[in-house]
Amino acid sequence: MSTHVTSTRRTTRIRSHRPSDIIFAAAVAILVAVILFVTIYPLWFVFIASFSQPALVAQGKVLFLPHGTNLFGYGQIFQDTRVWTGYKNTIIYTVVGTAVNMIVTMPAAYALSRPEFKARRPLIFLFAFTMFFSGGLIPTYLLYKNLNLLNTMWVFILPCALNVYNLIIARSFYEASIPEELHEAAVIDGANHFQYFWRVALPLSKAILSVIMLYYVVQHWNDFFTGLVFIRDYDKQPLQMVLRDILVRNQAFAGGAGTSGGTGQGYGALYADQIKYGVIIVASLPVIIIYPFIQKYFDKGVMIGAVKG
Amino acid sequence: MSTTGITAADSRAAAAQPRRRWHWRRDWQLWVLLAPAIVFTAVFAYVPMYGIQLAFREFDFSKGLTGGKWVGLKYLAQFLATPNFWPMIRNTILIAGTTVLVGFIAPVLLALLINQIAHARAKRLTQTITYLPQFISVVVVVGMLQVFLSPSTGLITKIATGLGMENVNFLGSAAAFVPVYVISDVWQHCGWNSIIYLAALSGVDPQLYEAAKIDGASRWRTIFHVDIPALIPTMTVLFILNMGGVLNTGFDKIFLMQNTLNLSISEVIATYVYKIGIVSNQFSYSTAIGLFSTLINFGFLAVTNALAKKFANISLW
Repeated sequence: MSTHVTSTRRTTRIRSHRPSDIIFAAAVAILVAVILFVTIYPLWFVFIASFSQPALVAQGKVLFLPHGTNLFGYGQIFQDTRVWTGYKNTIIYTVVGTAVNMIVTMPAAYALSRPEFKARRPLIFLFAFTMFFSGGLIPTYLLYKNLNLLNTMWVFILPCALNVYNLIIARSFYEASIPEELHEAAVIDGANHFQYFWRVALPLSKAILSVIMLYYVVQHWNDFFTGLVFIRDYDKQPLQMVLRDILVRNQAFAGGAGTSGGTGQGYGALYADQIKYGVIIVASLPVIIIYPFIQKYFDKGVMIGAVKG
Repeated sequence: MSTTGITAADSRAAAAQPRRRWHWRRDWQLWVLLAPAIVFTAVFAYVPMYGIQLAFREFDFSKGLTGGKWVGLKYLAQFLATPNFWPMIRNTILIAGTTVLVGFIAPVLLALLINQIAHARAKRLTQTITYLPQFISVVVVVGMLQVFLSPSTGLITKIATGLGMENVNFLGSAAAFVPVYVISDVWQHCGWNSIIYLAALSGVDPQLYEAAKIDGASRWRTIFHVDIPALIPTMTVLFILNMGGVLNTGFDKIFLMQNTLNLSISEVIATYVYKIGIVSNQFSYSTAIGLFSTLINFGFLAVTNALAKKFANISLW
């Protein structure tokens, strides 16, 4: 690996001996540095501010490194039952929801990738059509009402069981990455579609499985709309609705008090801001932790799917 | 019915033909694998489409989705006549149009830039970091905006005041709404959306770069004559797709960023549909507005697709 990197670097040096190319390379480096800073700094600031002394944060003294450790915000968050109920709900919705998503999406993607399957073109059209044309909010709401989905956990799981975009990516992956010879060989060995899908196609598609699973996990984890429109009881609300109360409606303290930002700079406001920083970290951590593990599949999985799709 | 013999044979042949064409017996396992996806799509996507007729009916709680009295275009006319109509259309097109345009260009530029990083590990790190914000929820992004842009304690507010700007309240001002919305959108999605362009660039034939080098082209000229032409097909497809979603972009974020101070610019069709339908329970009226929005969307998609087909010979269907 390291030899590979050095060799690329060496070729670059040989290539860029002209002054204009050196200036160009410098400009690229500076631009990249600026973009990286702008992208990562807000997140870094939230992270260090979440456990720094709130007064120092407000004075602008916490900029690049944490300053004066203070865990009051995290203490408040750990005591706040709203956060933990939301967390628990979101974990349930995400785990069950993603399981259903995968069970629905992957077999369908395989079936739609079979070249001899005559119905696949019309079916793909019928699936893709729903990406651009929908019944709209109220017919959807009334349907959920008739199906008794309103105010239940199933409204987070069943309506979004299939994401057409993910279906198309997975189908393209099967078309592009699994050699047709494998299927022919399996057929000669007497395998039917179920066996081939389960024993050959699925084990060969770990890259796309991981990527699509990540998509679904993130989709469930960040779902805010479903809770807003279709859930009435607060104890069924997902994390994002609780986050909205804390972050956007300024109800940082569990009691409902504690406005921040807009008014005043008092003690309450300072600590409310710290709670906000902390809750952003607590809520985003799971997704940010799994992301690097799946990232290595992005090149293989997403790109093949995306380009062909 | 007098020619029963012939018709029976004909209909038997007609019935057999589609069966033979679809190969039910051979492909039944594929249909089984597809069944859950078909059922969920039929129920949760196509049944609501059937329910669109509510836009032309008086909603009746006792008669359900499709039982109400037919009132024709009453609710569409009501929407066209509301004083909010034009401001809302303007806001929707302004916000969505700016987002689509800026959000379309930015990832292309980022991909061209990342593609110029020669050092493999630096390139990888840049990708990892720029993809990251994609995975943060909209609620958190709006929460971060509130903290960073807070008039009293916000970091960005302090920088702006330090640079000599006065009375900056980015969150409570109609003029700042679109810039704040679009810039934070680029921050969140630009990296992720560049993936597809990077993939297209990695597919460029290395011989083209060699040829450009031999011809003495600078790296800057190589971008224009090799990289950008390689991206045009992908760009066209994505542009059409983006146009198709132009009116239903970002309910979540607009809704969360909305407040009484910026309502004059932040009220869009999607938020209005929510308020009329879910908050004040005017089901038929809300359905009509939603239908209007979907049709306009579809129109955008069709027109863009037609233009792309004519000028670039690229089409979605």
